[in-house]
Amino acid sequence: MHHYLDFEKSIAELEGKIEELRHLTGDGEVNIADEVSKLQDKLEKQLNQLYAKLSPWQKAQVARHPERPHAVDYIKALIEDFTPLAGDRLFAEDAAVVGGLGRFRGQSVMVLGIEKGKDTETRVKHNFGMAMPEGYRKAQRLMLMADRFRLPVITFVDTSGAYPGADAEERGQAEAIAKAIEVSFKLRVPFISVVIGEGGSGGAIALASANTVLMLEHSIYSVISPEGCASILWRDGSMNKEAAEALRLTAQDLLELKVVDAVVPEPMGGAHRNPRAAMMAVADEISRQLEALKRMDGGQLKTKRREKFLEMGQVGLG
Amino acid sequence: MNWLKDFVRPKLKELVGGGKDIPENLWRQCPSCQQMIFHRDLDENLNVCQHCGHHMRIGVGQRLGLLFDGGEYKTVQFASKVVDPLKFRDLKKYTERLKEYQSKTAEDDALIVAHGKMGGQNVVIAAFNFAFMGGSMGAAVGEGILTASRLAQVQDASLIVIPASGGARMQEGILSLMQMPRTTIAVEEVKEKGLPYLVLLTDPTTGGVSASFAMLGDVAIAEPGCVIGFAGRRVIEQTIRQELPKDFQSAEYLLDHGMIDMVVERKKLRSTIIRVLSLLRNTGAPADVVELMAEPVPMGDGKKAKGPIIDAPIPHGAGPTKND
Repeated sequence: MHHYLDFEKSIAELEGKIEELRHLTGDGEVNIADEVSKLQDKLEKQLNQLYAKLSPWQKAQVARHPERPHAVDYIKALIEDFTPLAGDRLFAEDAAVVGGLGRFRGQSVMVLGIEKGKDTETRVKHNFGMAMPEGYRKAQRLMLMADRFRLPVITFVDTSGAYPGADAEERGQAEAIAKAIEVSFKLRVPFISVVIGEGGSGGAIALASANTVLMLEHSIYSVISPEGCASILWRDGSMNKEAAEALRLTAQDLLELKVVDAVVPEPMGGAHRNPRAAMMAVADEISRQLEALKRMDGGQLKTKRREKFLEMGQVGLG
Repeated sequence: MNWLKDFVRPKLKELVGGGKDIPENLWRQCPSCQQMIFHRDLDENLNVCQHCGHHMRIGVGQRLGLLFDGGEYKTVQFASKVVDPLKFRDLKKYTERLKEYQSKTAEDDALIVAHGKMGGQNVVIAAFNFAFMGGSMGAAVGEGILTASRLAQVQDASLIVIPASGGARMQEGILSLMQMPRTTIAVEEVKEKGLPYLVLLTDPTTGGVSASFAMLGDVAIAEPGCVIGFAGRRVIEQTIRQELPKDFQSAEYLLDHGMIDMVVERKKLRSTIIRVLSLLRNTGAPADVVELMAEPVPMGDGKKAKGPIIDAPIPHGAGPTKND
């Protein structure tokens, strides 16, 4: 059973019809196969039209779609010999941040991802993709290890934000994020980040201060969630749509603002309708970007990464 | 229009002279112990309650005056005018909000960069102005931190940043988030030059500000009772469905949890900072008051000032200094 978003009513109806027809046995005068293919064409057309002009708020919903491929799916699909590494060596292991060694198309890499989980059990295990300070400290440890062994770093970012809990504060959530950013700018290895779903504020930038930042076509990346922004600036949590518009949080906006380097197109109707194709498109883009970065030496990689972020933040100054 | 409220009441007030002759700001109530404090006492005590020691916020000008030798310093101009690249609008246009705060504070944005001497040592201070949109961090603030960093590097000075900020400025969207990496790089450059980077945490230091440069100081000093944290208290209470203890996210709480080096009362800040910097730089016991440099070190237009050679260009707009 598919999970349909509130703006996908007509899609749900069409897919329901197709499904019904498929279950009919072809004994009548109507050629069922013909009917199905006609409906399929219609469905494709509608999906294409709908997804070509999603509003920012609709994109936020797609970015959070429960069936969208998550960090562990990418790791499973793209990383061979994945060998998870655990713990921050200081306090605990945080399963919200998945990380370890593996091979991406033959190249040893350090891979990190923020995982939201896909059912109740895994969501609880991964704390709904909201990392604790331990998660960011584990990320620091693994990034520095990658640097030591000259392995490229690849991160998959998908989080509503860092965990806003009392224990997280107690153990220095702010410091853990700040340090993760600091460590990111010390690395002398290629560093590629992909925002695969939701890029939620400080919790995201902690793992996205990379040489190359990619975004999926219907992912979002923002300083605050539309809901949070609405309740603070509009003093009305129901103004999500307006907040999503104002924040300019879509991949297309961010490409224009030069905050991301490239947008990876998603399959028709979003990554959740064809996870495999979405993940392969991401793999191809990572591959392309990695080849370009591998041509630079360690010093250049570090300097270029810094220059990029120093320039980026200047946009908007008179 | 509410005729009673908008017309009758003001008219009545006018007639009986309600409140007009009572000077309102001679006395202030301490928000902590509720005692009334005479304004002159409060001034003399640096905005610290003489009854309970509660540290109230102070303005950025007063803050700088308290720290620099003889209260003398020079401010540095930098590109601090934001042009609203997102065309952001909530209930009001961002550009209108900016204008309001600009006229209210007579500043371009929420950060002041100043340089001078502390105990005879060169220091550059970047201080947040909480009165300007809650000290929120956007491109102008990021530019200011970067300018302060580059100035510290050319002047061979210590860098002190004094946050008083609710966090990133939402109205600048993703570009405000990008100030986190930007300011982190800025302070990292100072550290890499072997210069001290000191953070003086004041009320409040939260959100994206705490999760970047503010938590990366070689030495972190906080004012008593100030709020320091990542997530807001209300958000946390909603998440965990529990009321938090009163001292949660206070400077003392952070000290207990190993997140800062010391909590120092306002009147001892100057001497403490001078001592820490002189120890870090091994410059011997500092003289208390030393004359200011007659001329500011030139910056911008490609000229190299004395001090270590920097391998990155001075940010555009870090122009000549002006007298404060």
